[in-house]
Amino acid sequence: MHDRSALLHFVFGRLTWSAIPYDSPILVGTFVVVAVFGIMLLGAVTYYGKWGYLWREWFTSIDHKKIGIMYIVLAVVLLLRGFADAIMMRSQQAIAFGSNMGYLPPHHYDQIFTAHGAIMIFFVAMPLIVGLMNFVMPMQIGARDVAFPFLNNFSFWMTVAGAILFMLSLFIGDFARTGWLAYPPVSELRQSPGVGVDYYIWGLQIAGVGTLLSGINMVVTILKMRAPGMTLMKMPIFTWTALCTNALIVAAFPILTASLALLSMDRYLGTHFFTNDLGGNVMMYINLIWIWGHPEVYILILPIFGVYSEIVATFSGKPLFGYSSMVYATVAIMILSYLVWLHHFFTMGSGADVNSFFALATMIISIPTGVKIFNWLFTMYRGRVRFDVPMLWTIGFLFTFTIGGMTGVMLSVAPADFLLHNSLFVVAHFHNVIIGGVVFGAFAGINYWFPKAFGFRLDPFWGKVSFWFWLVGFWVAFTPLYVLGLMGVTRRLSHFTDPSLQIWFQIAALGAFLILLGIAAFLIQIVVSIRNREALRDHTGDLWDGRTLEWSTSSPPPQYNFAFTPRVHERDAWADMKQRGYKRPTEGFRPIHMPKNTGAGVILAALAFACGFGLIWYMWWLAAASFAALVAVAIGHSFNYHRDYNIAAEEVVRVEQAYSRQLSAQVSAS
Amino acid sequence: MNTTALDTVNSPAPEFYCAEEPHPENGTLLGFWIYLMSDCFIFASLFACTAVLGTNYAAGPSAKDVFDLTGLAINTAMLLLSSVTFGFAMLEMARDRKRATLAWLAVAGLFAAAFVGLEVSEFSHLVMEGAGPDRSAFLSSFFTLVGTHGLHVTFGIIWLITLFVQVGKYGLTEDNRRRLYCLSMFWHFLDLVWVGVFSFVYLVGVLR
Repeated sequence: MHDRSALLHFVFGRLTWSAIPYDSPILVGTFVVVAVFGIMLLGAVTYYGKWGYLWREWFTSIDHKKIGIMYIVLAVVLLLRGFADAIMMRSQQAIAFGSNMGYLPPHHYDQIFTAHGAIMIFFVAMPLIVGLMNFVMPMQIGARDVAFPFLNNFSFWMTVAGAILFMLSLFIGDFARTGWLAYPPVSELRQSPGVGVDYYIWGLQIAGVGTLLSGINMVVTILKMRAPGMTLMKMPIFTWTALCTNALIVAAFPILTASLALLSMDRYLGTHFFTNDLGGNVMMYINLIWIWGHPEVYILILPIFGVYSEIVATFSGKPLFGYSSMVYATVAIMILSYLVWLHHFFTMGSGADVNSFFALATMIISIPTGVKIFNWLFTMYRGRVRFDVPMLWTIGFLFTFTIGGMTGVMLSVAPADFLLHNSLFVVAHFHNVIIGGVVFGAFAGINYWFPKAFGFRLDPFWGKVSFWFWLVGFWVAFTPLYVLGLMGVTRRLSHFTDPSLQIWFQIAALGAFLILLGIAAFLIQIVVSIRNREALRDHTGDLWDGRTLEWSTSSPPPQYNFAFTPRVHERDAWADMKQRGYKRPTEGFRPIHMPKNTGAGVILAALAFACGFGLIWYMWWLAAASFAALVAVAIGHSFNYHRDYNIAAEEVVRVEQAYSRQLSAQVSAS
Repeated sequence: MNTTALDTVNSPAPEFYCAEEPHPENGTLLGFWIYLMSDCFIFASLFACTAVLGTNYAAGPSAKDVFDLTGLAINTAMLLLSSVTFGFAMLEMARDRKRATLAWLAVAGLFAAAFVGLEVSEFSHLVMEGAGPDRSAFLSSFFTLVGTHGLHVTFGIIWLITLFVQVGKYGLTEDNRRRLYCLSMFWHFLDLVWVGVFSFVYLVGVLR
């Protein structure tokens, strides 16, 4: 008997049947829904015999466009999970007053707010921006792929592996109850002995490898692979913001890796970096994580500023106002984002002089941001503005984000922050800038580039429905939190005693349900658009009368993007080409050198996932074996020297002629 | 006399695409350099921990008690010699001499292995004495910083063995040369980090 339990312990570590939460009806219900949908999805793929297609054309693809699309699909799926958490919190807080304890016990509620924050940042916002950059940026610079196409595929699958670990914590074991940044000492082993924090750590470490590598990849792509003639100051603004964001990723994510590694040292090896005893220093963690964390919010918003810049210029029918000031503002924000981290904890007590420095640096960031806002407004001024769905999101952003920015400046006043710290005011502020900035921008970008990716545009009616529900829902949901925050209500509470506050939480819950309708409308928009795709089809490849090079290709673009590498003379290269009578080349095509697909990325990420799972559950054999296999597969992959092939000239001719026919049919029809 | 604007309008449309395929420069070396800089941030975080926690002895052994400067001198000599010999390998590579390149690579690898071996013995000695990483925040930060560097060197050795096989099998091809350049940067980068560890952890630790 003893031998058997020792063997079980060796094989399964600390994983036992009690880790399965079959006593929690909410989780069982979630599991049933996920399982039913999962089996339906897998069954449908099997029934229609699509596994080979998915594997060959998508999972192993090193095409930056397909990887970009997969990132966005990942983000939308995880948005549903993160939003489910949000609506549970909002409904709990709306009812849990006085003798009513609500339906979520504190230990469950704490996991939900931790998961909501971490998922929304790492697996919704990050994949959205990485996906948009992946899809758009190489085409904007006239390149055929990124600098390291295999790494790109690997990065994506590492992100997926991290996301799966997060999702798995729903059904096997539990998740961290620490808040989204897992502050010690509560995240230390003594205070959180379960697997929750370990799921958090390894999910983020694995996904973080992917993010870091994709950051390096894109910086090199932008620096080395621009079309001839495209000097730095002729790059589209979206590409500029992508450059700054990826530079920030390269400089910030290693610090996250280091902070989480130190926390895991504390938890696994008994070190004393952040413990309360034996010389540990909790504030060391909080400083380190925010030295990553503050640049992170600019990592999210900068490329989205780029999205708005492209959209405002296109839909106003004129070049962006103040291009150079936009570039300098972006670079200034990139640098300043490194000098403000301490404003997240003015209450640390570092003294008036230190706090003043960080308060001033924070306020100064609003200047380049203000420059950007004015540039967008002046671009619209006397432009012929078309109010298509991407433009609606942009205008909604200008209004919402500006207010969110101003409450941020309020928080940057250190004495005021002593009162507002950890209150719902802070929650309202960062949702104001992240929803009003990043999420609105992602929807703007999806509506803008969807026709480029799939050859038909998204249904505008449901797009507008989605926009209005989001915009109104946002304000209904978060204005009450500003009010409550000013009244001193702290965040992360699952129960309240003062009944006079309840009405505000009920209004906030109503707002969350309006946002739910906005998300539903977005999903309906996609389904309706796919069903009506023939009516919504775009044959020209340049649906919006775009200004940058991605609109010079067919929609969807051929695998190689450009049959001939473009030569750039002016900013807004495609607008320049159209204005000066560019004729599309129809002959002289040559074979095109392209990288081959590979399954190595999926395999490596699967091994990383197994390693993470082993570490979380103390299955040391699994962790060691999968790590050894990871190294072996990586080495084996390096023995493959033949990673490229040529697309035959005949194939290029065939694809280009099909596009020519499509274009001429369009001309004769109109 | 604004002729340029007129020129743009009237002149025939310029070439908008490249008839000859441009070949962008390979980005691997730049990419690897950027990776090294990101790695630098990991080390920077660990150095910051050492700076903050380096005197938190928690009534345990201090830096003076645990550091053995003689052992450290030998250790450092191994790593620096490994760097020099790797440099020789690169010089031989530039002269297209495969055998000499491989021979110097082997020497560099052995010196690095000696470095890691000495470090492991230092670590196990400290743990035996009860000065393990769980004793105090000072020792936590010391073991983590030095250990992270040692892990990097270990991976460098695995990488070196891989490249040794690949150069032996396929010769000094363009791909292999590029890989050797990357490993060379990695190798010297680790040397540089060690100079920091040597100065700011060991020497400063003993002095304060």
